[in-house]
Amino acid sequence: MEKIKSLADLKRIKENVQTKIDLREKSEQVENLIQIKVAMATCGIAAGSKDTMNYFIENLEKNGIAAVVTQTGCMGYCYAEPTVEITKPGKDPIVFGHVTTERAEEIIQKYLKNDELVADIIPVNFETI
Amino acid sequence: MQTLSDHILDIAQNSIRAQASRIEINLQENATEDSLVITIKDNGCGMDEATVAKVTDPFFTSRTVRKVGLGIPLFKQNAEATGGTLKIESKKGEGTVIEAKFGLSHWDRPPIGDIAGSIVILVSANPEIDFIYHHSTAKGEYTFDTNEIKEILEGVPLNDPEIVMALRQMIRENIKEIT
Repeated sequence: MEKIKSLADLKRIKENVQTKIDLREKSEQVENLIQIKVAMATCGIAAGSKDTMNYFIENLEKNGIAAVVTQTGCMGYCYAEPTVEITKPGKDPIVFGHVTTERAEEIIQKYLKNDELVADIIPVNFETI
Repeated sequence: MQTLSDHILDIAQNSIRAQASRIEINLQENATEDSLVITIKDNGCGMDEATVAKVTDPFFTSRTVRKVGLGIPLFKQNAEATGGTLKIESKKGEGTVIEAKFGLSHWDRPPIGDIAGSIVILVSANPEIDFIYHHSTAKGEYTFDTNEIKEILEGVPLNDPEIVMALRQMIRENIKEIT
């Protein structure tokens, strides 16, 4: 990746991204994208959710996965932070717990690519603390 | 919290929950006064006096999913451990200002950490909010303003992965010059 320091550098990157977005919009609707929400409250941040979110942002495209990565507040599963809620189009959301960067990679390779479930899923009927 | 950038990311979440449309984050390193002042200012819903008095209590929270609220108490504890202070000014309907002062050279001061990472997470996850980050040191100052960035991007989303990584690198490079 070329060095980006000024607004002029950013403008150059923007031109490339714009072209990719135009191509993407022709083939995909935003509602058909995978939604990934990383819990980003005090408990999540202290447990490393910032690294988890950065990992998803940096590695989804490399793996050819079109997804929207965003943040959410505390879901109440502080004991299992970092927690991540993933919604695949047409499917119920699944909350994954203890999502370190290693687990994030596992989620990308197994769940996002092949629909295989991984460990530390928080069942929907679990009570919050 | 291992770094001050984690604290900033955490405290700014309160501003987001308070429905702020503009959040200003200011980090001022002053070697002469041996201080590092972090200010987070928002135009969110604000708090009444009774709430302000309670927010540094770890067993007070406005959330319903849990019974503790540790963000501000931990921030205060870390500031006070370096001989610093934490001040909160808030007015209902107008917004909140949180100012934490740390002893710059104090042994117990957490490192600043990946501030560019924190700012970019806030910006990319909340593209509708205007963020201004200002960092000043003896060597110079740097301001990152999402209004300026949005103008350059001309509709390209702030949360596009390539843009996110570019913004992070841009902030990092500029901060490197003044620290």
